Amino acid sequence: MSENAESPTETSKEEPASVPPAAETSGTNEEKKKIDVLLKAVGDTPIMKTKKWAVDGGRTVQSLSLFISRFLKLEPSEQLFIYVNQSFAPSPDQEVGVLFECFGSDGKLVLHYCKSQAWG
Amino acid sequence: MADDKDVLRDVWFGRIPTCFTLYQDEITEREAEPFYLLLPRVSYLTLVTDKVKKHFHKAMRQEDLEEMWFEYEGTPLKWHYPIGVLFDLHASNTALPWSITVHFKDFPERDLLHCPSNSVIEAHFMSSIKEADTLKHKGQVVNEMQKKDHKQLWMGLQNDKFDQFWAMNRKLMEYPTEDSGFRYIPFRIYQTMSDRPFIQKLFRPASPDGHTHTLGDLLKVVFPAAIPQDDEQKKYLVVVHGIEPLLETPVQWLSEHLSHPDNFLHISIIPAPSD
Repeated sequence: MSENAESPTETSKEEPASVPPAAETSGTNEEKKKIDVLLKAVGDTPIMKTKKWAVDGGRTVQSLSLFISRFLKLEPSEQLFIYVNQSFAPSPDQEVGVLFECFGSDGKLVLHYCKSQAWG
Repeated sequence: MADDKDVLRDVWFGRIPTCFTLYQDEITEREAEPFYLLLPRVSYLTLVTDKVKKHFHKAMRQEDLEEMWFEYEGTPLKWHYPIGVLFDLHASNTALPWSITVHFKDFPERDLLHCPSNSVIEAHFMSSIKEADTLKHKGQVVNEMQKKDHKQLWMGLQNDKFDQFWAMNRKLMEYPTEDSGFRYIPFRIYQTMSDRPFIQKLFRPASPDGHTHTLGDLLKVVFPAAIPQDDEQKKYLVVVHGIEPLLETPVQWLSEHLSHPDNFLHISIIPAPSD
């Protein structure tokens, strides 16, 4: 259980914490470009003390979701839903960088996460 | 001249003759004959293969049955891409019927999403529509719809009801008359030459000075190698619903007429046959 995904670097309020790269990431520059992601909890889902994270652009939604689940120490049986614009759940194989490019604003991508289906 | 509405019908009723064969290493109790089916291009593999599952279940022992998944020539087929995209991307050079291998073991976790029920497909489908509408209308049209309207879109697809689907979907295809089209065109570009899932970017139907953007303009921005230079042989085919649209086609028209029911324009870029 001591995977590196559970030990993110602590950070000041200004600098986003860095999400450790997924093991399989090799990737081009575009995929490695860090995206500032703001993670917000919905409903009774536990909040993360660190809300702002730097995530590899090539990282998939699925892999980010796994990271959050581990960080929150969710049970394997618990699901985690991720939403963009508080409206749609991106495809699990969608890349964070693509989401940022299409739906980011003010230099960051805001994602909401929830243990139950929050929107649609 | 044919009405453009006929195009919607042609797209909806596109079919791919397919032969499903059980993977050779699956353990059977009796011989499993191949199973033939006409697959709707705009639907999803796991949505239209109940009969395939039943057919092969009959030949197998209960304890050997895990989640069914599909493969074509070694490539696991992603059920969450429309069937037509899978065919254009992986199999457009193949002779028909399309020969798909059926598996009940060794689910490729890294390549495929699980699909335990139709509600998973419905959630994926509706999310795609919402994402597309976020690009087209800031999500306003889909959010103003009622739950039953969303259900109508899904039921239309699930039950292959063209009129039911389009009675609702046309609202998602509207835009203010003073505009030249949607805010952005929801499109995805797939290629087999890359491990990346697909390319998706913000692209407007027209330039700020009112010049209509074409498929060629889109490719110039997103995948310039797909546009043949004057004196060189075509390296790539740009395929939508099994055809190569002219590069002069406006992207707004493509988005309104050649999008899949999920409201995305899915474009496959495949290497041109060398001979």
